[in-house]
Amino acid sequence: MRYLPKSDDERREMLAELGLESLDDLYAHLPEEVLLREPLKLGPGKSEYEITDYFRRLSGRNVAGRPCFLGAGAYCHYRPVLVDVLVGRGEFLTAYTPYQAEISQGTLMTIFEFQTMLCQLTGMEVANASVYDGSTAVPEAVQMARRITRRDRVVVANTVHPEYRQVLETYARHQGLETAVTGYVRDTGMADLEEIERETDERTAAVLIQSPNFFGVVEDVRQAAEIAHAKGALLIVVFTEPVAYGVLEPPRQADIVAGELQSFAIAPSYGGPYAGVIATRQKYIRQLPGRLVGRTKDIEGRGAYCLTLTTREQHIRREKATSNICTNQALVALMATIFMTVYGKRGLRELAEQNLAKAHYLAGKVPQKFFGPFFNEFVAHSAVRKPAEVNARLMERGIVGGLPLGRFYPELEDCLLLCATEMARREDMDAVAEAILGR
Amino acid sequence: MAATYPENYRYTKEHEWVVVEGDTATIGITDYAQKELGDVVYVDLPQPGDSVVAGKTMGSVESVKAVSDVYSPVTGEVIEVNQKLADAPEKVNEDPHGEAWMVKVRLSNPAEVESLLTAAEYQSYIEGSES
Amino acid sequence: MIKKARQHVSQNESLIFERSSPGKRAYQLPPLDVPAVDPKDALGAGNVREEIGGFPEVSEVEVVRHFTRLSTYNYAIDHGMYPLGSCTMKYNPRVNEAVAALEGLRWIHPYQPDESVQGALEVIAALENALCEITGMDAVTLQPAAGAHGELTGMLLVRAALEAEGRPRRVVLVPDSAHGTNPASVAMAGYQVRNIASNEKGMVDLAALEAAVDEDTAALMVTNPNTLGVFEENIVAVARILHAKGALLYMDGANMNALAGISRPGEFGVDVMHLNLHKTFSTPHGGGGPGSGPVAVKKRLEPFLPLPRLVNEEAGWRWDYGRPQSIGRVRAFYGNFGVLVRALAYILAHGGEGLRRATLDAILNAVYVRKKLEPYYELPHKAPTMHECVFSDARQAGRGVRTMDIAKRLIDYGFHPYTVSFPLIVKGAIMIEPTETESKQELDLFIDAMISIAREAEENPELVKGAPHMTRIRRVDEVTAARKPVVRWTREEEK
Repeated sequence: MRYLPKSDDERREMLAELGLESLDDLYAHLPEEVLLREPLKLGPGKSEYEITDYFRRLSGRNVAGRPCFLGAGAYCHYRPVLVDVLVGRGEFLTAYTPYQAEISQGTLMTIFEFQTMLCQLTGMEVANASVYDGSTAVPEAVQMARRITRRDRVVVANTVHPEYRQVLETYARHQGLETAVTGYVRDTGMADLEEIERETDERTAAVLIQSPNFFGVVEDVRQAAEIAHAKGALLIVVFTEPVAYGVLEPPRQADIVAGELQSFAIAPSYGGPYAGVIATRQKYIRQLPGRLVGRTKDIEGRGAYCLTLTTREQHIRREKATSNICTNQALVALMATIFMTVYGKRGLRELAEQNLAKAHYLAGKVPQKFFGPFFNEFVAHSAVRKPAEVNARLMERGIVGGLPLGRFYPELEDCLLLCATEMARREDMDAVAEAILGR
Repeated sequence: MAATYPENYRYTKEHEWVVVEGDTATIGITDYAQKELGDVVYVDLPQPGDSVVAGKTMGSVESVKAVSDVYSPVTGEVIEVNQKLADAPEKVNEDPHGEAWMVKVRLSNPAEVESLLTAAEYQSYIEGSES
Repeated sequence: MIKKARQHVSQNESLIFERSSPGKRAYQLPPLDVPAVDPKDALGAGNVREEIGGFPEVSEVEVVRHFTRLSTYNYAIDHGMYPLGSCTMKYNPRVNEAVAALEGLRWIHPYQPDESVQGALEVIAALENALCEITGMDAVTLQPAAGAHGELTGMLLVRAALEAEGRPRRVVLVPDSAHGTNPASVAMAGYQVRNIASNEKGMVDLAALEAAVDEDTAALMVTNPNTLGVFEENIVAVARILHAKGALLYMDGANMNALAGISRPGEFGVDVMHLNLHKTFSTPHGGGGPGSGPVAVKKRLEPFLPLPRLVNEEAGWRWDYGRPQSIGRVRAFYGNFGVLVRALAYILAHGGEGLRRATLDAILNAVYVRKKLEPYYELPHKAPTMHECVFSDARQAGRGVRTMDIAKRLIDYGFHPYTVSFPLIVKGAIMIEPTETESKQELDLFIDAMISIAREAEENPELVKGAPHMTRIRRVDEVTAARKPVVRWTREEEK
């Protein structure tokens, strides 16, 4: 086995030191009844060439790297070359969680930068070092709101990503959380704020909306905040497309912002690994789940960074911990940090404006279901051909189409969620429009 | 150096102290408790108006590597919380029996206090647990 | 004497915000091939933001140097041994990175139609099968994003199964040697935690267990080998006690690196368990993630696995959402696919016999380290060691040298510290897991370093207590960091 760095002579030498004759003596103390009865049926170990060949063949069976108009929580943005070059460095790739600050300043500083950039981007005051993904950030944010308000009810707009809502349901079921799901306004595609207002009461811990929402439509965060705050509830704003915040006013009125950073140079990778984040106001910092890096000094007065507020975590609080989250997504969050650094202040704005222009070009050529303002995603009404048929025709031309919405919203059976990023070319968008219009 | 435990205070085996004036009890954690915890970095306390129950958790004290529940020695309603501890948790280490009081409670059953340890009893209790 | 390391120059580097100046750039976008849109027209003036205050503006070469310099401040498995007990820090084979980066595996969208991602689904199916074979379990979900997420998923499965059988129960037993995530996950699944004490050998005490298990017990959550690196010799009896009362046995697979290829949890009574692909199956830790925490179950629990489930039909692989008894979704999409690819590549490289050889070498290394260090460090539990061993600082504590000091001194010797102060049942724990991917030379250097530090603790305790001495920064002030948390850069702070 080529990953085992010992010769048989060395093994014999070590065994001799232990007074043992064979490697099997190492587990001779295990009861007979627990021992493997026959060798594992996994075949012989494969060479590097066989492994790459195997995966190359599987890779070839996927439709990949084509023009793609899918969004819905995972976006096809260009990944700057520097991202893989830098995260591929063994010092980042093969390091453990930075508990030992003296030999982990690299990871700690990049996380501190990540936390800072996420605050700048979202308008919040503190951000954690990342969590698993956007979907699992949602129940964590809701739990946080419950701890802060000591209330057990959450009002969720159904314009929040359907899979995120399903994850929340799974978590809520056993945690005594009551959820009320509210609808959207038929013509704008925005969350129905009147319904949210009716549902929000003195028992409500939080109102949960997404902006831009699952339909790509920008929500009225200000008004949602007023509704929540009027009843002493918090406003949680979810995002799945952070590129939007290059141009879109961030949800400054929110109390907690929870989102997914996949758009920031994290490959779609069939759904993971991605990186989520939770940001909030300074006053709630001790209720924030997940790791946090803080700035401090060493004993000689030099500036240094370390993990901080660790008493919130489960290795100290055990069953009373704020969450059971142990890992963050450090390496994936680093991709996002490098992405934000490469584009920077002007680049992210330019990138966002290109997304805006592309999506509005495409939207201008097809019937739109909603007229609420949108960023790079929108709902197209496909009256002539069924969404699945549109996609089949596009696939024939080597184009991955949009998301048929009937799967999540039965009333939108004849609609497609389309996303156009900076990578969408005009001729491909024209092809999408033709397929929808039945030409 | 052994700390002095005020004679007019009462103590719990969970290392809280309480001193009563009229129907108001002032509560904090003992010098022994702060030493066991080390540098205190955060104190989480109830809010005025909350009710607390003798023997039940009313808050927690955190050091860098540990967190310890604070149990209320008495039953009643919280009428005041020491706001200073929010910005200066180090007071718990510096003056646990004085400036770092945590909450004042209006007692609903003043007789409860009688069942708590006296200074001498507490002292011998902690000497027992130190061995 | 310090043999493995010496000091060298490393570059100073500030935060990226301090390198920033207006007009510098590291990007160039292609020209727009559609008409530009005025954001105010498209979004409404009130929805358009001002510039992102504080966001960096730097050049390309500065980006490369910035992150390269920061990287050099890290220790990493690529530098050397990482004896973190319970973390299984083993070599990360680079072919795994190469295959995970193939465009056909990395550039696929989770909502592509199933027929356009058959290769990806094949990867998932192959890994599910391999993990079933390795664990002796009947079905696997690859969705949980990390070990703790797997624990929660596993506990939700326990709850769903018991509820379906009409026996709602309240309590989950957790040994006092368990990882802190165990009780946290149990609580999140709506169960009460009851701790049970270990016996003098550090194992589950059968009498205590028998006394604790009743009709209200949902499960026991056991780590095997446990956090002392000791195989629970009575595991079969443990399972029998639980099953007799209708309770389930949950195994935390954090220490599966001691078992792969020699013993299968499914054959010693485990009903549900999670694995950590970033431990046993060598996917890179990446400075704290991403991980992956698959959950393996017996047939009885299969109907409850999270949505969706992969099924094979004539037309190929397909996701099945029609599982009425499922606990629901535990995350969006299907799991950390990129991590799954790496784990499968790891298993393929080993094959069945390779995994067994790796396990044997992992045990050999731990037993060897234990034998060599026993004369110098207190070994509180003497049961046979599997993949890791736990000493304590009892002998050094008399000189005021604690486990954290020894750990920090190891840094000067060119090693990452072992796991400090865990498990909780050992006061001043020194928890060492070498893994199989350390050579005899590296192990001997580590042993030398530990012996040398034991001597220093006797002769010059202050040297150890002040360690590390050779790093860019010395020990940090964690107290001030926690009292007055500064968790973001601001322009004011710069001044």
